[in-house]
Amino acid sequence: MSTQATRTRGAFAGRELGIVIALVAVVGAATIARPSFLSAQGLHDLFLNASIIALLAVGQTLLVITRNIDLSVGSVMGLTAFLSGQMFLNDKDTPVILVVLAGIALGAVCGAVNGALVAIAKVPALVVTLGTLYVFRGVDYAWASATDVQQVNAYQMSPEFLSLGSGSVLGVPNLTLIALAVLAVAAYGLHNYRAGRELYAIGSNPDAARLAGIPSGRRVFGAFVVSGALVGLGGVLHAAYFGTINASVGTGEELSVVAAVVVGGVAIFGGSGTVVGAALGALLLTTVTSALPVLGVPAFWQRAVDGAALLVAISLDRAVMLRLAARLREERGRRRAGGAT
Amino acid sequence: MRTLRWEAVLLALCVAVLAYGAATTDGFTEQGNLAFLLLDYSEVALLALALLPIVLTGEIDLSVASTLGFCSALTGTLWEAGLPFETIVPLVLLAGAALGAVNAVLVVYFGLPSLAVTIGTLGLYRGLAYVLLGDRAVTGFPANYRPLATDSIGFLPYATVLVLVVGIGVALLVHVTPVGRSLYAIGLNTQTARFSGIRVDRVKLALFVLSGALAALASLLYTLRYNSARADNANGMELVAVAAVLLGGVSIFGGRGTVLGVATALLAMAGLRNVLFLDDVSNEIQNVITGLLLIVSVLVPVLFKPRRTKDAPLDKSTSDTGGDPGGGRARGLRGDHEGVGRGGG
Amino acid sequence: MTATRPLLELRDVHKSFDAVRALRGVSLELLAGEVHALAGENGAGKSTVVRIIGGEHRPDAGELLLDGEPTRLRGPREAQRHGIAVIHQEPSQFPDLTVAENVFMGRQPLRAGRRIDRAAMRARTAELFDSLGVPIDPDRVTRGLSIADQQIIEIAKALAAEARIIVMDEPTAALSTVEAERLFRVARRLADGGAALLFISHRLEELAALCQRVTVLRDGALVTTAMMADIDRETLVRSMVGRDVELLFPGREHEPGEDALVVEGLTRSGVFHDVSFTVRCGEVVGLAGLVGSGRSEVARAVFGVDERDAGTVTVAGRPLRTGDPRAAIAAGLAMVPEDRREQGLVLDLSIERNATLARLRAVSRLGVVRRARERAVAGEWAGRLGLRFRRLGDPVATLSGGNQQKVVLGKWLATEPAVLIVDEPTRGIDVGAKVEVHALLADLAARGIAVLMISSELSEVLGMADRVLVMHEGRLTAELDRAEATEEAVMHAATGGGP
Repeated sequence: MSTQATRTRGAFAGRELGIVIALVAVVGAATIARPSFLSAQGLHDLFLNASIIALLAVGQTLLVITRNIDLSVGSVMGLTAFLSGQMFLNDKDTPVILVVLAGIALGAVCGAVNGALVAIAKVPALVVTLGTLYVFRGVDYAWASATDVQQVNAYQMSPEFLSLGSGSVLGVPNLTLIALAVLAVAAYGLHNYRAGRELYAIGSNPDAARLAGIPSGRRVFGAFVVSGALVGLGGVLHAAYFGTINASVGTGEELSVVAAVVVGGVAIFGGSGTVVGAALGALLLTTVTSALPVLGVPAFWQRAVDGAALLVAISLDRAVMLRLAARLREERGRRRAGGAT
Repeated sequence: MRTLRWEAVLLALCVAVLAYGAATTDGFTEQGNLAFLLLDYSEVALLALALLPIVLTGEIDLSVASTLGFCSALTGTLWEAGLPFETIVPLVLLAGAALGAVNAVLVVYFGLPSLAVTIGTLGLYRGLAYVLLGDRAVTGFPANYRPLATDSIGFLPYATVLVLVVGIGVALLVHVTPVGRSLYAIGLNTQTARFSGIRVDRVKLALFVLSGALAALASLLYTLRYNSARADNANGMELVAVAAVLLGGVSIFGGRGTVLGVATALLAMAGLRNVLFLDDVSNEIQNVITGLLLIVSVLVPVLFKPRRTKDAPLDKSTSDTGGDPGGGRARGLRGDHEGVGRGGG
Repeated sequence: MTATRPLLELRDVHKSFDAVRALRGVSLELLAGEVHALAGENGAGKSTVVRIIGGEHRPDAGELLLDGEPTRLRGPREAQRHGIAVIHQEPSQFPDLTVAENVFMGRQPLRAGRRIDRAAMRARTAELFDSLGVPIDPDRVTRGLSIADQQIIEIAKALAAEARIIVMDEPTAALSTVEAERLFRVARRLADGGAALLFISHRLEELAALCQRVTVLRDGALVTTAMMADIDRETLVRSMVGRDVELLFPGREHEPGEDALVVEGLTRSGVFHDVSFTVRCGEVVGLAGLVGSGRSEVARAVFGVDERDAGTVTVAGRPLRTGDPRAAIAAGLAMVPEDRREQGLVLDLSIERNATLARLRAVSRLGVVRRARERAVAGEWAGRLGLRFRRLGDPVATLSGGNQQKVVLGKWLATEPAVLIVDEPTRGIDVGAKVEVHALLADLAARGIAVLMISSELSEVLGMADRVLVMHEGRLTAELDRAEATEEAVMHAATGGGP
């Protein structure tokens, strides 16, 4: 029995190990093609590129483990990025902390809208967030045209804000530090607090969760709000990092995020997976994206790669699960054969 | 019964939109505008008709618009390569069917949830479209074919005739044939359907292939109508198609819905879009409205659901966590998760 | 054992679902330190009692008292808070989480900062399993555990929640003798510790061995409550059935004809192995065994809903492909599945649509379903089976269990089968409907149809079958003819005693 347990846990560790191996392979190939890929600057860039996606992937993981999904992340990110820009247009000296908090709050509100529709009105998350994907994006564009702001540029923002996006501490980009901090908190919370474990329980077996008296609706709502807040933070950081914002920021980002989460080993059926895996998935996918041009593959492949990675990951999960099921069946058969003699 | 009432509501909505348009908006009732109104929605209509049977079985295909995009890019590539358009048409239709078959294999034979698969292929097919054409546009399609996508016979555009033919075909398939009957049974209870000798896998396979082929057909229309093959053609159109299907009273959980409902919803949405367009409402606001329509159309039946089976004895299927992406039971998420000892594979 | 005041009491409880009156005036007292048996046939209302005690349903009338106080349970959570725990026949765990997490979900021991104290949780889980005398690793995930182990986890859960009222709903239906004995030891230990237990089982010997008192239900009504020692087996059975058992089953003579269904070497790896048997025309063959012994799985593989790994199935001389129910139906096989609501019917569809679901081609012409023909077929079978309904266009969900089962039977009889497999044909239907179903099956056999009947109710198997096949852990362990087939002989073979 305990061998079974170790094997199952081994499978999860195996996923993270697999990602690391894939990472090494991609980085290795790219480094051979262009040695500067692995320089200090190269690594700096890799982590920087992965940070925002990783942040969103952490939030998405909270939802996917409860058997939910949020397709509106790209739009929410665009909206909060635009909010940052608008705040600076209003007053270039707006304190950075205020901008960050406002972004987080707006993201949380968007998450709460999704969460209310899903958890209280019990509309499937897929449909709700497909709808809000367009609603939030539309609000973004409408806001842009109502205020006649096509684009906000770096010179219109405060230098402190821009240095939040581009600065680094001891060679580690600020964005990466923030993503790591969020990741650590999320991983710790999911592992050590009742609410965290209950998210897994809800995704693992919704009926049993109800029987166990877990307030599923409240938990799912909470996950949407937290995830929304993280997306909001992601939007603000995007603004700080790129320094140019228009209403189309984050378009199509939902695919990259969902792909990262699934590649990171979070079961699309809910119940299992870790935020660390999801963050690694984000790192792998962004690294592949960076490596494509180096390896002579046109950048146009990026979307196709994200989609393909998602498909490969869910197929792999399925294959592993079927093998596990077959093994359990065999074990049971063997136990029986043993009992019969 | 409920769906009938729903269709009545839709019809009223439809009439209201058209009446509003006629009363308040200059040029709404002009023949040219009405033809434009219909034309403008012909691709959406084809995608919605492709989606309807799939949603009836409790699955979903979010990749329809990306399939359209890929097929459009393929049309452009082949045209650029100098193939005659007569050859391109069957090739593109085949390609669409093949993309549908890829979805089908992943869903039916790998047992993956269609939601996740088609989010993946949504990205993959759109990505492949970019791989084919990059951000270029191919134009200059033959002048003898383009009128088929733009001109009218009498007051009906050819494209609308095509949509009507496909619509009637889907209506016959869904409402009259034994296969149609089995679609509803599959959507409401896959196990019972299997136990009744319905070849669930084969039916779903056929529907995904059909969906791909219809998306390819829509791509030809789209490409000719705008005389432009681009990788981002019809980007995001899956939302409009899904919205039309759900607004048409089709249950996202499968097993409920009619072609008439979807057709009425399409007409209402086309009318609304046209009115908004003539009133100079921006595209973005139109997207907001489409998104809201989608949410409302799912919210309304949930809020006014009869409570009959809620408290029934032996009922193992009540899951009120509301958490399933796209409705767990219908999409087989829960069943797949248990995995052990399931039949077939 | 000192039985004192009741920890839980039901007083004149009524409950209806749609047209079905599941409970009418049930009263029950559970005393500390006592194991109380709840007996009754399928459909007598036992499960509804369990669900009301567990807080899943609320009574329409009557009251539930805890420690003498009238209480309204507004959900499972509240029932748990009052110290009530329900252990279901097939417990539902969180398959992705560890055993310890399953035991303590929602009430994990905490340390500073409201963090989960995993070490304490693991230690306490291990302690609980120790006290139950069962070795289960607290750190393994629950996916893949046997049903017996899952039940022990449920009991550990109840203990962790300090439950005083523990309901066990047919816990032994899927257990081997050894596993069942382990469970009884645990149950006695719980009662000795001052808990009140409600124990449900179809096996009367178990009730007699374990329980001090028994309450009998029939068709949702209370028949009697008595001390176990004061009631003999015959009286108990008669009060459950409500008439002499013989009257439940039609007497019949049979002259078996040719082989209709021949199964040879049927194997689905890990599920059942090398199963061979024959059912002849005009014969009723019973397939008995514990839940999980592979009975239903064999039937599913024969019908083709599940793939088989080896073996052949021949219907009326025609070999069947694996995994193709449609071909099986065409060859003359029909199957009334175990779970009426999930496998037999589409509850939201009308009676007529359900009735023709298995033979859509037959009511179509040129690819068009003819509604008139559909209605005629459905109407004909509704008449022949004495179906009680308002309109053929009504959803089957509005029918009672017995009438729903008739729709399933009608659906399959309309295919004019040569071989009919019925899996739990009378589960969850009242005694009247049960008698009708039995008469129908006997009548079908008399018309030369070969019937293979699976049932958990031993009396049904013994009362109906000309021959009884018994399965144990995926193998056929006995074939008994009518004279040999006694309850003892069947149970002996079903629990692994060998032929």
